[in-house]
Amino acid sequence: MIPISHYLTLGAIIFIIGSIGVLTRKNAIIILMSIELMLNGVNITLVAFSYHLADLTGQIFAIFVVAVAAGEAAVGLAIIIALFRCRATVNVDEIQLLKW
Amino acid sequence: MVDYVWLIPFFPAVGFVINGLLGRKYIKDRSHYPGVISVGLSLLVAILVFWEVAFGRGGGDVVLYQWIIGTGLEANVGFLIDPLSAVMIMVVCGVGFLIHVYSIGYMHGDGGYYRFFAYLNLFMFSMLILVLADNYLLMFVGWEGVGLCSYLLIGFWFQKKSAADAGKKAFVVNRIGDAGFLLGLFLIYSLFGTFNFIPVFENAHILTAATATIITLCLFVGAVGKSAQIPLYVWLPDAMEGPTPVSALIHAATMVTAGVYMVARSHVLYSLSPYSMAVVALVGAFTAIFSASIGLTQNDIKRVLAYSTVSQLGYMFLACGVGAFGAAIFHLMTHAFFKALLFLGSGSVIHALQGEQDMRKMGALKPHTPRTYWTFLIASLAIAGIPPFAGFFSKDEILWQAFSSPHGSLWLWLMGVAAAGMTAFYMFRLIFLTFHGSSRVEPEVAHHIHESPNNMTIPLIILAFLSVVGGWVGIPEALGGSNQIHHFLARVLEHGAHPDPPIHSTSLEFLLMLISILVAATGIFLAYHMYIRRPELPARLAGRFPGIYQALLNKYWVDELYQYFVVNPIKRGMRFLWDLDNYIVDGAVNGTGFITVLNSRLSGIFDLYTVDGAVNSMSTLFNNGARGFRRLHTGLVHNYALAMVFGIFIFVSLYLFFI
Repeated sequence: MIPISHYLTLGAIIFIIGSIGVLTRKNAIIILMSIELMLNGVNITLVAFSYHLADLTGQIFAIFVVAVAAGEAAVGLAIIIALFRCRATVNVDEIQLLKW
Repeated sequence: MVDYVWLIPFFPAVGFVINGLLGRKYIKDRSHYPGVISVGLSLLVAILVFWEVAFGRGGGDVVLYQWIIGTGLEANVGFLIDPLSAVMIMVVCGVGFLIHVYSIGYMHGDGGYYRFFAYLNLFMFSMLILVLADNYLLMFVGWEGVGLCSYLLIGFWFQKKSAADAGKKAFVVNRIGDAGFLLGLFLIYSLFGTFNFIPVFENAHILTAATATIITLCLFVGAVGKSAQIPLYVWLPDAMEGPTPVSALIHAATMVTAGVYMVARSHVLYSLSPYSMAVVALVGAFTAIFSASIGLTQNDIKRVLAYSTVSQLGYMFLACGVGAFGAAIFHLMTHAFFKALLFLGSGSVIHALQGEQDMRKMGALKPHTPRTYWTFLIASLAIAGIPPFAGFFSKDEILWQAFSSPHGSLWLWLMGVAAAGMTAFYMFRLIFLTFHGSSRVEPEVAHHIHESPNNMTIPLIILAFLSVVGGWVGIPEALGGSNQIHHFLARVLEHGAHPDPPIHSTSLEFLLMLISILVAATGIFLAYHMYIRRPELPARLAGRFPGIYQALLNKYWVDELYQYFVVNPIKRGMRFLWDLDNYIVDGAVNGTGFITVLNSRLSGIFDLYTVDGAVNSMSTLFNNGARGFRRLHTGLVHNYALAMVFGIFIFVSLYLFFI
């Protein structure tokens, strides 16, 4: 049996890869994808604990996260499309209206 | 009792109110109706009162109402009717009425016609209050009232600077005297607790000689101011700037005699102080001779008369000073007749010559103005003391008393006689210069010379009549008369213990009388010699004795001396006080203001820079801080996310390592 630490490590690695993607990439769509990566890293952790603890709550959480992630992707993509229509770019470095 | 006596001052007061309120707009050229009629009515009432006093039930103290009560200071408005005040109201109303009538002609056509009669009536009111008052306080009211009217009437032609100045001078000089009079009143009140004549005189014996002297000298200062004696006589010659009827009424016949009346009224107090009597006599005698000598050389017809008035007033004070108060009042009365006549006559001359007052530009007026000439001549004979004219009897009684009374002396008599000689000289010098000799009238005036209208000459004739017969009420026993006025006035003036005068022989009295007549005749002859027979003589004499002539012509430089020693130091003192005010008091006030302004300015600066600075610097601090901090808000999502991650990392790290 594969010990839980492997799952957790995998989840953490995926989460960190997602975080680094969020922090470093400039394309808004890539950032959105990186966020999905982070969510899924968390999902792996939830499911691993659910299995380990023989408790379904974690799996239900994971299902929720998947549902929320789908909604988030829909809203996020819609925002990005609207943004693109407005500014003709999806580069987050150029979108800095929230400045001083 | 004569309860209706209040009518006497009441009528002129009504006349004054009518003319004062309505004269300017409504009455105008008819102002003499209220003016003259009111005084005429007063004269009628005065005659009634006089009759009552002389032959009827006598006078008494008529209290109209209580003026000041319940304050510790009690004073009545009351009239004392006795022979003294009866004679005075007769003189004031009689002469006053004639002068009012005269003024109709003299002031005709003057722009201030209504004003003139209003002032004259106010003067009559004040003068009657003065002589009728039964207490010193009410007397002082009249005293100040006549002073005010004198000021107003001297400055009647106030457009002329000299007239306005003369009025001011009269007022200021009179204030000096009035200050003394007031002090006398205060002393009387503090010692007797009342102002009323009757109780004061009844209790006069409580005074010590010293207090009596102080009181009487204070009162005498008032009399000196009002009656123009040395050293306060300087205002009277200048007062001739007023219209001639004013000079006649106020500055010859009535107001200036108020001082004599007051001294005579207070004779009980004066009798207590030999020292005061001596002062009064000496001042009077010296004034008489001093101003008569000035009168010798004056060229202005009215100024000669003015110095003559001062001199005659000196006579009256001489009489008071030797205890002959009756003689003083007698002379006051006759003097009122002939001096009013002289002034009115000179007014008639001035009228005929269209305002010319310089005797050097007159002469040979006799054929043109016969009435004026003859009345003037009578008055001059009267003042010179030629029998049987009025002035002879009164002047001679004074001279006789000056010699024979216990207060009198040979020296006082000599001064009086010398003044009498000078009087005769300057009066006839005036007559010869004005009416006789060759005409020196300006050619363009000469063919306008005319006798004055009847309303001016009739008063002259009446006064001339009075100047002749006025003295006959006082023919001395030595001449076989009965000296009625003396006995009449003695009811008031000699009710105290009066030492019997030492008996002098009638022959001595005759001798003195003869001497004074001779002196007067000599004066007249000298004037005739110098101005008719040898007209070149006066100029030669003036050339021979230039010092004396200049001193007399310039009135002994008294005005200049006063200017130099009194007026200028006072001015300098006032200038000093003004500087004191200007620099010290105003300086203090302005300095306070300046300090306040300075303080406010500093306070403003403090507000601006410290308080506002604190507020502003606080906002600046925040402003600048915000400017620094807002750099954090890059607007780059990455930075925010990085910060979030970093923060989470820190919190998780803390959680892991410390808990």
